Amino acid sequence: MKKSSYTHLQLFFLMTLRFMIGWHLLYEGFAKLLNPQWSSSGFLKESQWILSGFANWIVSDPAVLNVVDFLNTWGLIAIGLGLILGLFFRVASAAGALLLLIYYLNCPPLIGIEYSLPTDGNYLVIDKTLIEAVTLCVLALFPTSRILGLDAILFRNRKNK
Amino acid sequence: MNKNMTETSADQNEKPAGDKDVKRRTLLKAMAGIPVAGLFGIGIWEKQKYDFGKRDSIIKELGLDSVELPSGYGSDKGVPKDLIRVGFIGFGTRGNQLAKALGFMHPDDVKTSSERRTLENWLQQEYLNVAVTGICDVFDLHAEKGLEMAQNTIRPGGGDAPRLPVKRYRTYQDMLADKEIDAVIIATPDHHHARIATDAAKAGKHVYCEKSVSLLESELNELYATVKSSGIVFQLGHQIPQSVVFRQAKEIVKKGILGKITLIETTSNRNTSEGAWIRHLDANGKLKPGDEKSIDWKQWLGNTPYVPFDIERYYNWTKWFAYDTGLIGQLFTHEFDAVNQLLRIGIPKTVVSSGGNYFWKDNREMADMLHCVFEYPDKELTLMYSGSLSSSRNRGRVFMGHDGSMELGNNVTIMADQNSTRYKKAIESGLINPSVPMISFNPASGQVDAVTSASEKYYAERGLTTTTINGKQVDVVHLHLREWLNCIRENGTPSANIDMAFEEGITCLMAHRSYVEKRMVQWDEVNRKIV
Repeated sequence: MKKSSYTHLQLFFLMTLRFMIGWHLLYEGFAKLLNPQWSSSGFLKESQWILSGFANWIVSDPAVLNVVDFLNTWGLIAIGLGLILGLFFRVASAAGALLLLIYYLNCPPLIGIEYSLPTDGNYLVIDKTLIEAVTLCVLALFPTSRILGLDAILFRNRKNK
Repeated sequence: MNKNMTETSADQNEKPAGDKDVKRRTLLKAMAGIPVAGLFGIGIWEKQKYDFGKRDSIIKELGLDSVELPSGYGSDKGVPKDLIRVGFIGFGTRGNQLAKALGFMHPDDVKTSSERRTLENWLQQEYLNVAVTGICDVFDLHAEKGLEMAQNTIRPGGGDAPRLPVKRYRTYQDMLADKEIDAVIIATPDHHHARIATDAAKAGKHVYCEKSVSLLESELNELYATVKSSGIVFQLGHQIPQSVVFRQAKEIVKKGILGKITLIETTSNRNTSEGAWIRHLDANGKLKPGDEKSIDWKQWLGNTPYVPFDIERYYNWTKWFAYDTGLIGQLFTHEFDAVNQLLRIGIPKTVVSSGGNYFWKDNREMADMLHCVFEYPDKELTLMYSGSLSSSRNRGRVFMGHDGSMELGNNVTIMADQNSTRYKKAIESGLINPSVPMISFNPASGQVDAVTSASEKYYAERGLTTTTINGKQVDVVHLHLREWLNCIRENGTPSANIDMAFEEGITCLMAHRSYVEKRMVQWDEVNRKIV
């Protein structure tokens, strides 16, 4: 039996990163699910850059807003679980990166754009959301789910068929 | 390249198939995420337990576990019985807004509303079973708009709503004499309010009268006596107390959460020419329509001293003493109503007003900066009002008690006082943090939220003109009119009834007189007059 092509240390940190981002997104999803008052409208109203038209469209129609809220909450939960469990890992990390990129593009910390909501740090162009999005891309390119994750079973079974 | 590497490794893992040990190892390794998910589950559970535990202990500490929250909008009651035939006396901007709240919109407004995507929400407004059957306005253009509005079939209730003929009346007396009108909505300039409302009560018509109720003490007394002896339902036009959060605030105050309230600070700031009652120009700076041919000027002046026709006076009447009391009549009235509905403080013992005309240097008599102090020695509290027409900084409406303060806007936030006697222990133990809101009401959730986050507080401070009931956005003016109509049907007493209107009217007149006469004004409780 051969070891995986990552060293133990590489695998350890890749796994740690995978679990941490998974944990974060899963909790973001659960926090929204467990708070009946939560709605993305507050965030979307702040949208000021290239996606502001899109954000306004969502906010202006309660039905669309409900769908977006639902998809956002359950999307985060699904992505978080995918990352932690290593299930459909590539899809989960790509979807996570895309979702985070959408968050970023709605409220990027660019020069000249000011937001009324306080931020938790100081950012210029790059913020934590963007870093998390890029990190997910990296994780997708250094997959661990078929070594330590449910994908190992899933993809083995598929091959056996 | 990496992809290939991992796939190779996975393949290599599979090669010794049949070896149960290896299979089990693969299986175990595949489950690597399960313990993390388990830890996450425990984390969520602990967090929920903590949050709810803290919320529950604060709610228990405050005795809020039995707060009754209002409900019952758009319930299963169905369409209200008895069609009420309503006549509008005065159909300007405010008349238009009231019509909308009643369930009627002009076809032009339907178009704009549709473009703004607000039409659908409006059409879901509860159908009140009213028909607008009369319009009376001294300006032909406004009257015609009113007729078109009343006949528009795009409205809540839609096709089922009865279509009655709509009549234009040249004078309000004509309308009051007509048996085809059950109730009137008075939305004229303020100098007509008391006289028309009194005549309407004498004619047996129910009255919804815009604030301010009266500009003269004698007229107010007459109105009060007439309504009291007439048996009609009188409602003064206010809307703040109709919001769900206001009713929740009322429960809070009843429970004594704030301790002894000794100071109430109300404010109104505006900083636009429109807000400073300069309204005779349209958005392009052109003079708005109207001339002596299309406006019955004599009727518009009513009992006020004669002045030649003046289009500026017609649109900007709030600037002159003959037609209004300015900041007091237009803005403080709402503040007073909110406070009086909450605490029923009634008429103050003394009032001192001070202010001046510091910014809008035009032909106005009215102050653009005004501060009034109302003393209630019997109730051991002071009500302060401060209004400015040259700054739009939001100063809020705050009730200050020994144990806590409450800011009541479109949401309610209650902060414990850091030196509170009642919450001393809770503050020391860390249960209550006096620097963040102790309680806030979120109308969308319909429940008490203890411990709110900074961002929630932030949203609470943003303006809304609607309230949320059962997840629906509802216009508060609509609720106020609905209450009036329900009282007409059920012979009830509305919230802004004639007693409330009288107290408000007197208080406003005292404040205005104090400003004009530059002296402290008192209320003679025994002879019931301003001295």
